[in-house]
Amino acid sequence: MLTTRFRSSLWLIAVAVFALCNRSSAQITKNEEDQRMGVESHVGSLTGHAAAAKENYRRYCTGCHGDYGDGEGENAQWIDPKPRNFTLGQFKCRSTPTGTLPTDEDLFNTIGRGILNSNMPPWNPLSNQQRVDLVAYVKHFSARWTTEKAGEAIQIPPQPEITAERVKAGQALFQKLECWKCHGVEGRSNGPSADTLTDDQNRPIKPFNFHDEQRFKCGASDADLYKIFMTGLDGTPMPSFADNVKPEEAWELVFYLRSLQPQNSKEKAIAKQLGLKPINPNAPAATPAPAPQQ
Amino acid sequence: MKARYKFLTGSSVVLLLAFSLLFSTRNVSAAAEGKISGTIKLEGTAPHQKPIDMSKEPSCQKIHEGHPVTTETVVAGASGGLQNVVVYISEGLPVAASSEVSAETPTFDQKGCQYIPHVLALDVNQHFKVVNSDQTSHNIHPMPAPGGGNHEWNKSQPPGSAPFDVAWTAPEVAVHVKCNIHPWMSGYMAVVKGPYGVSDNNGSFTINNVPPGNYTLTAWQESYGTQTQKVSVSAGKPAAGDFTFKAK
Repeated sequence: MLTTRFRSSLWLIAVAVFALCNRSSAQITKNEEDQRMGVESHVGSLTGHAAAAKENYRRYCTGCHGDYGDGEGENAQWIDPKPRNFTLGQFKCRSTPTGTLPTDEDLFNTIGRGILNSNMPPWNPLSNQQRVDLVAYVKHFSARWTTEKAGEAIQIPPQPEITAERVKAGQALFQKLECWKCHGVEGRSNGPSADTLTDDQNRPIKPFNFHDEQRFKCGASDADLYKIFMTGLDGTPMPSFADNVKPEEAWELVFYLRSLQPQNSKEKAIAKQLGLKPINPNAPAATPAPAPQQ
Repeated sequence: MKARYKFLTGSSVVLLLAFSLLFSTRNVSAAAEGKISGTIKLEGTAPHQKPIDMSKEPSCQKIHEGHPVTTETVVAGASGGLQNVVVYISEGLPVAASSEVSAETPTFDQKGCQYIPHVLALDVNQHFKVVNSDQTSHNIHPMPAPGGGNHEWNKSQPPGSAPFDVAWTAPEVAVHVKCNIHPWMSGYMAVVKGPYGVSDNNGSFTINNVPPGNYTLTAWQESYGTQTQKVSVSAGKPAAGDFTFKAK
């Protein structure tokens, strides 16, 4: 009898500890979330408040990103690429160095622009204020914003003139930096490593095909393209080249990449005039770029 | 029902208090440092390690000509010693010892399209260098557990470029590192608080600078996970901490 009672009381305590742990962690989460609901965002002269975006988030974002911002909304299972999980505090489209948080403006731009080749549309019908509020709401899902500041946006020097030399130098960089290992010698996303790529959730992911699109995942402008390879797309195989590519070289690479794209451009005309052939990875680059410096 | 719930909550609070008291009364000793050494054994036959085909990267393939490279998920020596096991103190370390950061700056090298060492142990905030010794570009892509204290980053490192000087800010055993360009490349960084050791090709390890005391010792192996044991360290006498992992 005594043993039975002893045993059952042991069980009770075990259950109690379990219940308490569960209860307290759930409570902490709720409290933390409530506290984080006070998070703000700042874009230009606008200030966003998470609390103000609650309704819009539920109306427009929950379906894919989920009530808890974990990217597990009811539509998520049908979507590829998967909706972003905001609780991780990790984002592809940033103006900030790899491994850091994006700026409020980066998130604001993503909401307004949408993500190319995904189910994320541009949310232009929403007003600027509504979108700034949504930025704050997106931030409130991750505790990372309470302990860390956004990274410092990289400096992009003014775009130099597009010249034949720069387009050629850009091609040499494309070879030297081995962009072709994934993107292919012609930028057709068929490099030797292209088929093996996975994202940070171990899901297959394709490199960008420059011949397919005028725009990019993180924008359509030359500066957006500059930012993509100088900050990297965190959570994907695309690394940051900022440590080994100087700003003037980055512009050269932008010019060369533009010449691969389908739309007519000065870069494309120059490449045609030069009779620029795809790189040959087995031969040394035609015009070797200067040694990289940090 | 409600009363019972209250009782449960109450009793567990008491329990938790008791536990916290137990852990807070550890005494901090400033006496001479001790050390822990031991051997990690693998019981049974090590699983087959797959050969790595580096034909997509001729510059690396050439380096390994004549001695083919395999995966390194379980590396056991002839005598059954298990290599690349990180051993560290997971409980009981006084704050002063656990917050001490090793002044060494180890190197994590990318050589022959492999990570050397395959497993690097580090203190929280300990700086280390990422080096590319190859004639090819690597992207060094550590992938800490999402939502934790460390954050994923991904940097390209072309041949001949300067080393990266980096550190991890939170404990994590272990951060998986990969190179997306060369998908066979796989390495780990085990970030711990306080002194650590990594087993060599005989399975031996030594943890230096351990203040005398009673500890929980944890051994981590990338395929087999963790094992723990209690260990008592006294000054001037090495404490033993042997572990045996069963081959799976």
